[in-house]
Amino acid sequence: MLQEKRNRSGMIAVVGLTLALLALVLVLENTIKPTHMIFIVLKKSAVYALVASSMNLLNGFTGLFSLGQAGFMLLGAYTYSILTIPVESRESVYYIYGGSAIKFSLPELFGGGGVGLVLGVLVALILGGCVAALVAWLIGLPVLRLKSDYLAIATLGFGEIIRAVFQWDKLGPITNGANALKNFPTFSSFNIENADGQVVLRLSAFVPMLLAAVCIGILLLLINSSYGRAFKAIREDEIAAEAMGINLAKHKRLAFCISSFFTGVGGGMFAMFANQAQAKNFVTSMTYEILLIVVIGGIGSISGSCIASFLYVAASEWWLRFLDSEAYIGDFKVPLLRTGFRMVVFSVIIMIVVLFFRRGLMGDKELPDLFRMLRSRKTRKEAAK
Amino acid sequence: MSENILHLDHVTMQFGGVVAVDDLTLDVNQGEIVALIGPNGAGKTTAFNCITGVYEPTNGQVSFLGTPIVENYPQGKMASQYAGQNKGMFTHRLAPTPDHITQLGIARTFQNIRLFGALTVFENVLSAKHMRAKQNFLSATFRLNQKEEQRMREESMKLLEEQGLAHLKDEVASSLPYGLQRRLEIARALATSPKLLLLDEPAAGMNPQETQELTDFIRQIREKYGLSIFMIEHHMDLVMQISERIYVLDFGKLIAQGPPETIQNDQRVIDAYLGVADDAEN
Repeated sequence: MLQEKRNRSGMIAVVGLTLALLALVLVLENTIKPTHMIFIVLKKSAVYALVASSMNLLNGFTGLFSLGQAGFMLLGAYTYSILTIPVESRESVYYIYGGSAIKFSLPELFGGGGVGLVLGVLVALILGGCVAALVAWLIGLPVLRLKSDYLAIATLGFGEIIRAVFQWDKLGPITNGANALKNFPTFSSFNIENADGQVVLRLSAFVPMLLAAVCIGILLLLINSSYGRAFKAIREDEIAAEAMGINLAKHKRLAFCISSFFTGVGGGMFAMFANQAQAKNFVTSMTYEILLIVVIGGIGSISGSCIASFLYVAASEWWLRFLDSEAYIGDFKVPLLRTGFRMVVFSVIIMIVVLFFRRGLMGDKELPDLFRMLRSRKTRKEAAK
Repeated sequence: MSENILHLDHVTMQFGGVVAVDDLTLDVNQGEIVALIGPNGAGKTTAFNCITGVYEPTNGQVSFLGTPIVENYPQGKMASQYAGQNKGMFTHRLAPTPDHITQLGIARTFQNIRLFGALTVFENVLSAKHMRAKQNFLSATFRLNQKEEQRMREESMKLLEEQGLAHLKDEVASSLPYGLQRRLEIARALATSPKLLLLDEPAAGMNPQETQELTDFIRQIREKYGLSIFMIEHHMDLVMQISERIYVLDFGKLIAQGPPETIQNDQRVIDAYLGVADDAEN
């Protein structure tokens, strides 16, 4: 029972930390320049943290090596954008196909204005997740019989197929073919403006952080429930798990669908972040980016995925930017600095991280475990004195 | 006469051209401890795997508490390759997955320990409780199953206390010493609330003292949980001490059965274990 008390205090610490972080973002957003790089990083890393966490549910907790993330994100992104483009912009977005086949927009259906926007966006994101989960269920029927590398190859293929299908000309009136979907509500739509159109309260970084926090919170609750234990049992030993009465097919499918659901929601959020949705952006290298985040953060650690996604996005988009432009110290031109050099340094950093943290930054530990370890080390030190 | 728990009816398991278990018929009755012995490669573990749904027998039927749970007849490629007996005796196919068999009340342990290594001792037992909990993934995620979860935790804790593992509950399972891992595996199997426990070489790798402890332990859990126990074992002192009846397999065939005293003096069993001397044949 001591364990439970410890768990609870750990949980309170994490919730408190998250709330503090959200408050900090809210304050930052309304005090410093809104064009600052940090906001792009925060938005993108919130999206990536969610997708990486749901990939971790599959790869790290259930032991299913799937590489279909980009495909499921695409499903979420398209569902979200198709359902939320305002009716009046549909003509211009779908101009090649002479207008959209879908004649409504969710935020307007919910009455427009602030309430309509919030409800419409939420429902569209959830529907995006549901579409991804449904497709996951369907392809899971044949694909989940496969193991390890074979499953990875099959899901990788799925991602490629789905991208090709969405660019198909015949689906144009729905998906806009190979062209981008745009003009739908983005994170900036959540900024609260006064009557003169001036922003009184910025929420454009707060909203994605909040959405990601809620979704990751649900994932954490799942992982720490009886089902999470069953998933981990499957990861540890499939034969033993089955002998303990855990239905492999059912639980694998469940993990696959839930992971895809949140990946789909993440995809919708990615569309909001990018201000557009276009199939050609959801390439396999996006899956690899997320896999990299999962591995760097630690396979089997949700907090690791969150931390790593921030570090990854910040390093690739922000901290290393200076390497891409020529710089002079006095009259001396710093060698090597030119466009593209950033990626060279970035790759080297990743290699170093992987060399020194073989099990990722967090291993399979979560933040509360870390607090606990620190505390017990401190008490041990005091006892030694 | 006591109630029949497990009945194997002419079970044959053939892999390609190899008949691993050949026409095996045996019974385990309520409250009995029955042992299955035989030299290496005799097909003992294969027989276990046929009972627990890991393999689908090629021909034959397994009944649990009088109801058929596994049944098969040679079909497909096997229809022409079948080298066993009793062809045409069975006409149905019943092939539940292992989790379904566990659900019915048959739990097992493994020859090479298969614990959930990275999970704690407590979580290992708790995960075996998952099957019988009344919940779905939504109620579990949003903590609407508190009562059920609480019950699972309490029962698991009680089980660990009874097995003398309570003080180790937060240890990672793979860090336990070998003997305790065996004990934990049995505890985990008990957590599925079985009526029949299948033990696959529970004393493998144990020294004589540990084996003696295990003997007492197996008797205890039979009394405590009203179990019937069917086990594979190589330690003859354990087998002879504990089991009420013994079945002996050799090359997949049942060569002897009966109480320990009969088996000990059975010439075919001695021959199977020690080999037949050349001059004995003349």
